[in-house]
Amino acid sequence: MAAAMPLPLFLLLLLGPGGRCLAEPQRDSLREELVITPLPSGDVAATFQFRTRWDSELQREGDTDHYFLRYAVLPREVVCTENLTPWKKLLPCSSKAGLSVLLKADRLFHTSYHSQAVHIRPVCRNARCTSVSWELRQTLSVVFDAFITGQGKKDWSLFRMFSRTLTEPCPLASESRVYVDITNYNQDNETLEVNPPPTTTYHDVILGTRKTYAIYDLLDTAMINNSRNLNIQLKWKRPPENEFPPVPFLHAQRYVSGYGLQKGELSTLLYNTHPYRAFPVLLLDTVPWYLRLYVHTLTITSKGKDNKPSYIHYQPAQDRLQPHLLEMLIQLPANSVTKVSIQFERALLKWTEYTPDPNHGFYVSPSVLSALVPSMVAAKPVDWEESPLFNSLFPVSDGSNYFMRLYTEPLLVNLPTPDFSMPYNVICLTCTVVAVCYGSFYNLLTRTFHIEEPRTGGLAKRLANLIRRIRGVPPL
Amino acid sequence: MGLLSDPVRRRGARPPRAAPQTALPVAWLERTMRAVGLEVHTQSFSRKLPFPDETHERYIVSGTNVYGILRAPRAASTESLVLTVPCGSDSTNSQAVGLLLALAAHFRGQIYWAKDIIFLVTEHDLLGTEAWLEAYHDVNVTGMQSSPLQGRAGAIQAAVALELSSDMVTSLDVAVEGLNGQLPNLDLLNLFQTFCQKGGLLCTLQGKLQPQDWTSLDGPLQGLQMLLLMVLRQASGRPHGSHGLFLRYRVEALTLRGINSFRQYKYDLVAVGKALEGMFRKLNHLLERLHQSFFLYLLPAISRFVSIGLYMPAAGFLLLVLGLKISSLHEAGVGLEEPGGSPGPSVPLPPAQGMGLASLVAPLLISQAMGLALYVLPVLGQHVAAQHFPVAEAEAVVLTLLAIYAAGLALPHNTHRVVSTQAPDRGWMALKLVALIYLALQLGCIALTNFSLGFLLAATMVPAAALAKPHGSRTLYAALLVLTSPAATLLGSLFLWRELQEAPLSLAEGWQLFLAALAQGVLEHHTYGALLFPLLSLGLYPCWLLFWNVLFWK
Repeated sequence: MAAAMPLPLFLLLLLGPGGRCLAEPQRDSLREELVITPLPSGDVAATFQFRTRWDSELQREGDTDHYFLRYAVLPREVVCTENLTPWKKLLPCSSKAGLSVLLKADRLFHTSYHSQAVHIRPVCRNARCTSVSWELRQTLSVVFDAFITGQGKKDWSLFRMFSRTLTEPCPLASESRVYVDITNYNQDNETLEVNPPPTTTYHDVILGTRKTYAIYDLLDTAMINNSRNLNIQLKWKRPPENEFPPVPFLHAQRYVSGYGLQKGELSTLLYNTHPYRAFPVLLLDTVPWYLRLYVHTLTITSKGKDNKPSYIHYQPAQDRLQPHLLEMLIQLPANSVTKVSIQFERALLKWTEYTPDPNHGFYVSPSVLSALVPSMVAAKPVDWEESPLFNSLFPVSDGSNYFMRLYTEPLLVNLPTPDFSMPYNVICLTCTVVAVCYGSFYNLLTRTFHIEEPRTGGLAKRLANLIRRIRGVPPL
Repeated sequence: MGLLSDPVRRRGARPPRAAPQTALPVAWLERTMRAVGLEVHTQSFSRKLPFPDETHERYIVSGTNVYGILRAPRAASTESLVLTVPCGSDSTNSQAVGLLLALAAHFRGQIYWAKDIIFLVTEHDLLGTEAWLEAYHDVNVTGMQSSPLQGRAGAIQAAVALELSSDMVTSLDVAVEGLNGQLPNLDLLNLFQTFCQKGGLLCTLQGKLQPQDWTSLDGPLQGLQMLLLMVLRQASGRPHGSHGLFLRYRVEALTLRGINSFRQYKYDLVAVGKALEGMFRKLNHLLERLHQSFFLYLLPAISRFVSIGLYMPAAGFLLLVLGLKISSLHEAGVGLEEPGGSPGPSVPLPPAQGMGLASLVAPLLISQAMGLALYVLPVLGQHVAAQHFPVAEAEAVVLTLLAIYAAGLALPHNTHRVVSTQAPDRGWMALKLVALIYLALQLGCIALTNFSLGFLLAATMVPAAALAKPHGSRTLYAALLVLTSPAATLLGSLFLWRELQEAPLSLAEGWQLFLAALAQGVLEHHTYGALLFPLLSLGLYPCWLLFWNVLFWK
């Protein structure tokens, strides 16, 4: 499935001392891993993660003050090799060895989804948090489109995806692994075949579903020495026939409704497809000031009824200073669509405030949804007869929820735009007229005129005049 | 499609005409689009028309639109382009659906898309398009009932509607005139023309070949013919193709129609597909909406246009006649304010002035009430009419329209009883002054929004309006005024239109076409929000009645 996700540049900045984390730190270690997940539609998702930690001499000073928390979104950022190259340079092995060998730009930008991130945070080194290490985590997720790269086939291999294979681990890495998601297929070996066969597998619950991963450890010398390179391949023996990919429990959609250049409406649709569980969602909206929101028109309806949010925080915009900030906690009923809509008026900007491409429209950043989503594991009907009796006493286990943050699509809104060619013509014309007329008039008015005396002639003339004066004749 | 041809048969066929047509193969379309690799959604809609549509034979309409979205790689679904194929009741447009699917399959394999592309197949041609557009923009303009859309793809930047009726085409006809005379940006048309030239395709406008030779008299004459055709089509204010409905949402759009005539040289759909691919790739590369070129133009040929700066003075001069007439009446001392400056007949004026103003109220109110009745009654009273007379609802609407229209002519004789004897001319002159101002304002506004309509109305109504007075040969003036009334203008335009298309009408055919056009006009107002019907009934008809009043002033 082509991932239709936004590509905003998202920046969460924590000014001042960082948050408290009580993980056991490791010093100067690089861990790298690649997770390959074949999606139900036949596309393949690949996620790289690189993590480095180092000690720092900075000392912690008390708790995080929320006053220092900043949130900023740049709704439009086109990713390209210019983003990738500096990102790769942060890696200890650059793209010379290890998993980063696979990061070849021309393949990575032939994908249908691309997400690239740099996370940096302080990590406490002991329980009292007296000293701090820093952690740098770089992630890159891409989704390879089966239609474009696979020519209709759903088989894949590292070479086909990245046009490279793995040869050696990064010498600096303490851990270098490739995980392949073989969740649905490994019960019987009929549906697919992974080559080389994995030595170990790993089970876990990820985003509410049970997953099984085949692990390939690059530090395991046997793995590479056999064939001098590692090209993981996956072949379908019987192609999967699920035409409809499973719908996630929480998804959202956002759009601008209405027409014309005066008013409009921002609508966000929140889908809860869980058959019987309702859950709350925290919705965070930042809307630029030039869309003047009418807060009294804020309506939230689910299943045709008014849905009253249990918490609303609204910070109005100030022209040219700060955007609107709207934060709401909304309970999504089970199996429902909740529509959050608010009307706005499009402001008329000053003519210098328009972007160089004003007719493209103005971007509105995506809304952010944070929710504890019920997991798929908990939603699956349990065979009560088979399971122990005490299970029914505690039907909701600890892993029944997982946290999820969702971004809706950014929006493109047209503002009333003047015909810029005309003002420019007028400006050019008036400037010329003013320059010519005003300049010459000013010149005329301010200049002082002196009648210049005709210069007395040269030496011969003076002599002649002297002689003439002696003679009593008027001079020349 | 004779509306009144056989009342008995029509009446027999009246009870609910609920979609007897072949429906769209929704499941197959969904499957095929999904196999191509699109994200497929459907939308069901239903609409009960205000009265049965005789031309398209539909009354209670329900259908399903199918659309597939091709998501652009690594983009955030903020912008999209639309390729739409409106499917009618009979499967006349199935070749276009085939071409749409083939294009979708080809486009899906490409990596260069920066905007999402929506492939839309609508049922019940324009009604389906209207339902989809309203649901996409989450508005309800026309009272359409439809299910909400599941998938969206941001702001639509441009749209192309495709209509093909055969596998081979000899030429591609392009339609630009949209709802209420709105036009797409001229650059979209230029784009199409460029790709037609590049692919060697023959493209036509108004179904006519391009005039080649502009140096002799023949070329400009042909150009004038096409210009007139465009003026008539734009003035009608109806969407000529499903692109016309996109224009309301500021989506630049045009309709391409494949024409298969008797010409020798034919193209297969590959050529058409290539032109379409070229257009979509160009539109895909656009950074901004199309805005550089003209939005207000008239086309004497595909490659030539008349810009607003050239044609607007024509309407301006026509309105100047009204302006001069107004000022001359004002000079003559019938200004609505105190005529303090005029020295001569100052003594008996004040009572006459009051009388004149009071006598204006009745005709103004009555003519406006007639207009309101014309707008409301036909649709409201269709069932009553159909019960008491042997006519179907559609005929009832049209006949009520004509009856009310004609009844308006009988009114002036009993609008005013008291006339001052001292200044007999004052009354009608004041009324004429008001009517002229009213007309000038209306025509000015119409000419600004829909030039063709404004110009047509001005060209017909202004002379008669300027001449109207209750002296001289009244029959001549009355005939002139009737001939230039809005309904007569419509009838005349129909004859002119068919004449220009080289398919002249006989009188009987013309009358049938006129009745059908009336029904269509009312229907289009209710189904798509076309403004021609309310404009004529609420604005121009009452204004025209005022002149009729002036003519028969006692």
